[in-house]
Parts: sequence; structure tokens; C-alpha cells
Amino acid sequence: MSADTDVEVLRRQGRIVVVGASLAGLRAAETLRDQGFTGSLTMIGDEPYEPYDRPPLSKQALLGRARPEDTALPRRRDIDAEWRLGVAAAGLDRDAKLVRLANGDTVPYDRLLIATGTRARPWFHPEEAALDGVFVLRTRDDSARLHRKLAGAVSRVLVIGAGFTGSEVASACRELGLDVTVAERGPAPLVGALGGVIGAVADRLQRKKGVDLRCGISVTALEGDEVGRLRRAHLSDGSAIDVDVAVVSLGAMRNTEWLAGSGVAAGPRGIACDAGCRVFDVNGIVTDDIYAAGDVARSPHPLFDYQFLALEHWGNAVEQAEIAAHNMICAGPDRRPHLWLPMFWSSQFGVNIKSVGVPSLGDQLVVAQGALAEERFVAVYGYRGRVIAAASFDGAKWLGFYEQQIAAGAPFPPEYRTVDRRTETLHPIDPAFPDPHLPTHGATVTLTGHSPSERRVAFVPAHA
Amino acid sequence: MTSGTLVAQITDYANRADPYPLYAELRGTPVRREDDGSYLVSTYYEVRSLANDPRLSNDTGNRPAGYARPGQPAPESGLPPSFIFTDPPVHDRLRDTINRPFGPPHSPRFLDGLRGELAKTVTELLDAFEGKDQVDIVEDFSYPLPVTAICRVLGVPREDEPRFHVWADALASSIDPHSGEDGGPEKAQRARQDMGAYLIDLIETKRRHPGPGILSALAPDMTPADLEATAVLLLVAGHETTVNAISNTTLTLLRHPDLLQRFQKEPELAVPLIEEVLRYEPPVQFVPWTTALADIDIAGTTIPKGSPVWLMLAAANRDPKRFQDPDRFDPDRKDNEHLGFYTGIHYCFGAPLARIELHLAVPELFRRVKFSGLLEDPPPYRANAVLRGPRHLPVAIEGLTA
Ligand SMILES: Cc1cc2nc3c(=O)[nH]c(=O)nc-3n(C[C@H](O)[C@H](O)[C@H](O)COP(=O)(O)OP(=O)(O)OC[C@H]3O[C@@H](n4cnc5c(N)ncnc54)[C@H](O)[C@@H]3O)c2cc1C
Ligand code: HEM
Repeated sequence: MSADTDVEVLRRQGRIVVVGASLAGLRAAETLRDQGFTGSLTMIGDEPYEPYDRPPLSKQALLGRARPEDTALPRRRDIDAEWRLGVAAAGLDRDAKLVRLANGDTVPYDRLLIATGTRARPWFHPEEAALDGVFVLRTRDDSARLHRKLAGAVSRVLVIGAGFTGSEVASACRELGLDVTVAERGPAPLVGALGGVIGAVADRLQRKKGVDLRCGISVTALEGDEVGRLRRAHLSDGSAIDVDVAVVSLGAMRNTEWLAGSGVAAGPRGIACDAGCRVFDVNGIVTDDIYAAGDVARSPHPLFDYQFLALEHWGNAVEQAEIAAHNMICAGPDRRPHLWLPMFWSSQFGVNIKSVGVPSLGDQLVVAQGALAEERFVAVYGYRGRVIAAASFDGAKWLGFYEQQIAAGAPFPPEYRTVDRRTETLHPIDPAFPDPHLPTHGATVTLTGHSPSERRVAFVPAHA
Repeated sequence: MTSGTLVAQITDYANRADPYPLYAELRGTPVRREDDGSYLVSTYYEVRSLANDPRLSNDTGNRPAGYARPGQPAPESGLPPSFIFTDPPVHDRLRDTINRPFGPPHSPRFLDGLRGELAKTVTELLDAFEGKDQVDIVEDFSYPLPVTAICRVLGVPREDEPRFHVWADALASSIDPHSGEDGGPEKAQRARQDMGAYLIDLIETKRRHPGPGILSALAPDMTPADLEATAVLLLVAGHETTVNAISNTTLTLLRHPDLLQRFQKEPELAVPLIEEVLRYEPPVQFVPWTTALADIDIAGTTIPKGSPVWLMLAAANRDPKRFQDPDRFDPDRKDNEHLGFYTGIHYCFGAPLARIELHLAVPELFRRVKFSGLLEDPPPYRANAVLRGPRHLPVAIEGLTA
């Protein structure tokens, strides 16, 4: 039987299993059906809900403008799937080609898509994490609980970690009129993602909006009262503040533990796959029946020296899911590469922040349009003399242009005249990224090196 | 055909009724240099890319001497340009300020609040069709509504509205790069002066006695000169465009009887139908006043710094590389990201208002009026090549329902 007839049979009557029933999982399923897949489709998700959207959870939902239960993802089409919701996948048997569920069931597949995303990194001290008033924010339930809490009588909220999510939570709290302290281990908010120069703008913005922002500080302990309610936080400078809510925003952890021992290249930095979304095994050999997409995946990108990129971006999940779905049911020559240019947005403190490319790779920065002092600008990042990224505050409409510049490998700094350019000559400066080895809240774009596998494969020369 | 003649043909009145074959020819050279050194861009992806390119300016003051500088008030007038002819940061500051009383996030309900009055205007206009067997859709229907809408937005007292109709007319022709036939520049200038004098009084009154409308809300935050320029801009940008949109929709539907029938059974077709009209017969055919601030490489051509650039929206909207079967009017088109309202930072400020007007006017027109057909096809057009639309649209009607 030729490979082509295999694909035909697969498209007609194959069994496709999707693990992770969220953004990437749903969009992949829709694409499969759109492209004529008529076999059986099983959606496995450990959350009890049908796919919903996460970005509103730290924005409108906290303000009560959208109820968390109203964040269901719009459906592009009917997907005619069997839904296994509320049960986690607990293991993968590649030889038998089946997924083991936590309740003991097994689900066989011809093609598997792994879209298990990430979860919030919990507070490091389990007893403190269990205090009433300590929250993380990743799921619909997290958001609903936090919203309920914030709507009650709250004296002060502590946000731990000033990455995008933490900053958005702080912004929502200020909009609700609540007192907020933000503690950030790094020198400024958003430094991991955008660097210290732009971080300083975010810093000013937060203070202007009334946030008690403390940078270069970590929270050392959370203290509860006798009935287990949070009442105080201890900081690394020796001080303590009285708080009744703490939102732990220390970045995300990839949901790959269930793949332990399965032989696929999965670990804390994600699941390595090729540009066609096919998952690597631990030996660096690409599989042909297992695919990955969304926050959990990392794949090589030619624009960034073929380093493996892990992207916690909404747009990436959609695009990668569509590519993975397409490739799952295609013969080799029809497969497409996932070459999405990273794009991320956030809204906080009345400002729309957006970035394209990989800012954290930047070794230089110029303010190409607008002015940092006005909190309205486009900053362009250079890497070895070419444009590698751009970030804007209230300037999102320009980023399409810089996206083209990045894709074209345009020279840095951009010397041409543009509208709203404030200086005759642009002076490149150091974007001031912290040492990537120092832990902070974590960037949403991570370069994860060249190796598909984090496990070392022992090299044993064959005997003659 | 030598280069340069195409622009002359596009602006030639003889081609007003159907410029689309010329646009098709134009797309053969996506970025085309004219003899005077201006560049015409006519393909979808190139127009979209340039409209979002920070090296392109709407401030015609950046043009080298010798080129027309539309939108730049004579220096002796002491007037500022309206925000459509400015670049950031001035543009963004003005647009943000003016948006505050107009739309979200600060005033998400302002436009909704106008619906009732505008619906009443539509009803009155249609009631007047009673007993007639022939009407001029332009004069009797499309024309009055947009001026009323802008007067309500500004907060102009009802009794002064008739004067705005006169001014709107005269000013619209000033948009035409080759105006003249209409009595053009002098008439426009006089209207601009009269309207300016009227507005200065009105703004002063609003400052002392705030009332409804955005002028009252803006008076404390803006100079009278900026406010005056803004009011004139809203009238120029929001009047004839919307008139043309209503007329073009009527014309297009009457040319497609099958769709007209379907629309009468499926009123929800209004949304995609109106968007398809904005693609197929866009009221603003092209944007002739942008200027390159730097050399721009696009589609294998370099547009040199300082060149005037014309973005041909109507040609881009029919680019077969973007729209399948582009000359077909097809409201079922998916993913209809037309450029009728432009794109980028100068994206139509009044788009939400225009859509409200269109959605109040068009479905009601086709619900109440039983048409027997066009009396003239093509109808006579206005001289204006940019704000292109019928001057009259005579139709035969069989009756009117309540
Ligand atoms: C509060 C918040 C705000 C955000 N804001 C923005 C924003 O403004 N802009 C932006 O670009 N991005 C934003 N993001 C990121 C964006 O939401 C993610 O990129 C996107 O959700 C990724 O989708 P995904 O399907 O890959 O993963 P996820 O949405 O994480 O979904 C993975 C799913 O798999 C499930 N799962 C995990 N393990 C298993 C298992 N073993 N078995 C079964 N199911 C499992 C999980 O419970 C989850 O339902 C935000 C995220 C959060 C949390
Ligand atoms: C269907 C009707 C309309 C169409 C097709 C239309 C189309 C357009 C287009 C193509 C532009 C871009 C022009 C340029 O940048 O050079 C524009 C800008 C503009 N329009 Fe409209 N318009 C319509 C209705 C309105 C209405 C009702 C108003 C007023 C309330 C309005 C106000 C404006 C303003 C102020 C701008 C300038 C925006 C800026 O420079 O930021 N328009 N419109």
C-alpha cells in the first residue's frame, strides 16, 4: 500500500485523539473537519468545561465585564467529536498507540495531537499556597474565585510577579479601586519579556496608576491567621505588609508530566517538535503519528537561528493547531511548516501593549516612533544588525510593518524617516534584559536551545 | 498606452459610471509611476501594506514644492489642518480627544443614542414617497440622512440644519483632485468661510451653555480653531461618503433582482450585503493625498522619498489575488476584509456611525418600498472621482407599505 492510500484511509476512517481541550485542541479539531477528515475524533480534557478563552480571565472577567462562564470559545464549525471532559490523560503507550486516562480507560489512536498547554506555577510553599486568599490565575475557576474575592471586602491585594498576567491583575485591581502592592524580583515589570528600558515605562505607568510597586524584592513567606486566612506577606527586604489577597503570577509550567517514560522528547521546557509539528522522540528522531501544538510545544524557527521557540501566545496556539491538523492528514509533500512570527498583546492600565518577534533576543533597541515619556511608542529591537522584534505601547497599528521588517531581516537600526519619529538620528541602546538564568516571572517567548531532547542520549559506537 | 494617461482617464468624467476596467488595467502595474512623479498603487496587499507603513504621511506639507498639497490651509488663514491631514503625534492626540465623547471606551453608548432620531428621519423620508410612482433615491432618500446624523453628532440646532446641507455640497467637491467642473474651489472656499464663522459662534455658545453633541463636550479641551477644523472634517468626510453608500447599495440591489428578492426574505442579509457594497462600489474610490517620507521598496519598485502616493482602494477591493471572482457582487463572500473604510491609523473615524445609518436606511427602504426598476442605468454621476456616486438615481416604484 502506498503512503498516499494510507493517508486516504486515515482521512476517511482514521482515529484522531486530541489531548488538551482548549484553544489549540479546538482549533485543530475544527481544521481537521474543515479539511475533510471524516474518521473518529476524541477530545480529552481534564477540565470539566468545553473550550474557553483565557485572555479575558485576567482582564474583563476580573472587572465583572464578562462572566468567566461566558468566555466559551466561539465555534467555527461543528466538529462531531467524542468529548472526554473532566478526565486527564495519564500516560502514552507509543507501541500500542494508545492514551491511558486517569480513570483507567484507554483510547487508541492513529494520530495523536498533544495540546496540554501550561498551568500556573504554584507558590513554592504548599502550606502557604493553601491559605485562604492565595490565588493563581490560569483557569476559568481561578478567575471566578478571584473575581468573587475581589468583589468582597478586600483591604490590600499583593501581586507576586509583574509579568503580563500579574500586571494585568494589578491593573484590574486598580480599576476596581483596590489597593495593590506588586512585588517583582526583577528590576521592573515586564523585564523578562521586553527588557529594562521598556520595563521602566511600565514601572512609571503602574506607579502613576497608584500601584505600590516594589521591584528587586521577593516575597519570602505568606502568613495566615489562626483559621488559615492570609493576613501578611514577608518581603526579602525584611519588611512585611498586611494583605488579605495574594495573586501568585510567577509564570507557567508545561503540562508534560503525563508523558514521562513515553519516549517522546517532553520535559519542563515543553515538547520538542519539528517545524511541521511532529513530535521528536528522546533520540531526536521525529515521530510521524504524534503532533504537538500550542503553549506546550516548542519548535525550531529559521528566523531565530533555528533555536527551538516556546511561545505562550494565543495567536501561536491557533496557527500551530491549524498547521498540525493539516499535516496530520496529509502526505509528506503537502505538509506545511509552522513559521509563525511570535505576536503577543496585553492590555493594562489603559494601555494596549503589543509585541512581534522575539524581543528577548535583542542586543540593541531604538525608539523608532513616539516617545517613552508619553507611554506611546514603538521600540524596535536589533540582533546582530538586523531587526528582530518590536514592541509598542498604544501603537499596535504599526506592528504589521515591523513584522514585515523582521521577516525580511531588515537592517538595524531602521534609519529611514517615519511619521512620529522624534530624533534626527536614532541612538541604539542596550534593551537591558536581565540575565536569563535569574528566575523572574518568566517571559512568554522562550528560546529553548537547539536540542530537541532534554534527555541525553548515550552515544555507543557500533562495534565493527 | 503611455503612462500618465491612465490617471487622466480615471478622473475623466466620461469614465465615472464604470471606472473598473481602468482599475483592472492599473493593477497590471501594481505600483505605477505617473509622468508627474506621483505613484498609483492599485493591488490589495500593496495598498494595505502602504496604508500601514510609517514611512507614508498624510501631511501633504511633506511634499516637495510643485506638487498639490490638499488639506493644507493657506498659511495666511491661520487655520490648522484637520486631523485627517496630520501625522502622529498630532493626529493621535486629536483623534483620541475627539473620540472621547464619540465612541468606546469612554462613550460606548453615544452613537446608539442617536438611533431613535435617525430612524424617525428615515421614516419621514419614506412616508413622503406615498402616492408617487417615481422617486430620485439620491435627492429624496440618501441625501438628507447623513447631514442630519452629523448635525446630531455635533449638536447643531435643528433650525440651522438646512445651512449644513448647502455647505456639505460645496465642500465635498473640494476633495476632488481635478475639481473645477462643479464651480469647485471658489464655491468650496466660500462655504468653508461661512461655515467657519457659523461654527465659531456655535462653539462659543456651547462653551457657555453646554448642550447635547460632541462640540459641547470638546469645547473645554480643544482650541476653537481645532474644533472648527474637526467639525468641517466630519461634515466633509461623513456626508457625501454615506450618501454614496446608500445610493450605491440601492443601485447595486436593483441591478441584482435575485439578491433583492432574497434580501426581502432574509433581512439579516443586510450586514454582509452592506459590507459587500463597500468592497464592490466603495464611496471613497481612492486616497490621493499620501506622501512617501523615505524611499519605499514595494512590489519590485522603489517609490522615492517625497513622492505623492495615491492608494487606489476601489482597485484593491477588486484585486483577484485577494478576492475570488472580484467583479461579482456576492454578499455570501467569506472573510470580506475590504478597504472601503481604509486601514491603519487613518481608518475611518465615522465607520460605526456610517454603519448605523446604513443599517437604519437600507433595510427599511427595501422593506417599505416596492420597486419596479431603475429608470436610468447607468444613472448620472457626480463629477467627483474620489467620492464617486450617482448625482441622481431615478427609480420607478409600485407602492409603499407602512
Ligand atoms: C490569564 C491569562 C491571560 C492571557 N492573556 C493573553 C493575552 O493577552 N495575549 C496572548 O497572546 N495570550 C494570552 N494568554 C495566553 C493564551 O491564553 C495561551 O497561549 C493559550 O491558552 C494556549 O492555548 P493551548 O490550547 O495551547 O493551552 P491551554 O489553554 O493551556 O490548554 C491546555 C488544556 O489542556 C488541559 N490539560 C493539561 N494536561 C492535561 C492532561 N494530562 N489530560 C487532559 N487535559 C490536560 C488543560 O487543563 C487545558 O485545558 C493568557 C493566558 C492566561 C492564563
Ligand atoms: C460609508 C460611509 C463612509 C466611507 C466609505 C468612509 C470612508 C473613509 C475612508 C476611506 C477614510 C480614509 C481617508 C484617508 O485617510 O485619507 C475615512 C476617514 C475618515 N472618515 Fe470616513 N467614511 C464614511 C463615513 C464617515 C462618517 C459618517 C464620518 C463622520 C462622522 C466619517 C469621518 C471620517 C474621518 C474623520 C476620517 C479621518 C480619519 C483619520 O484621519 O484618522 N466617515 N473614511
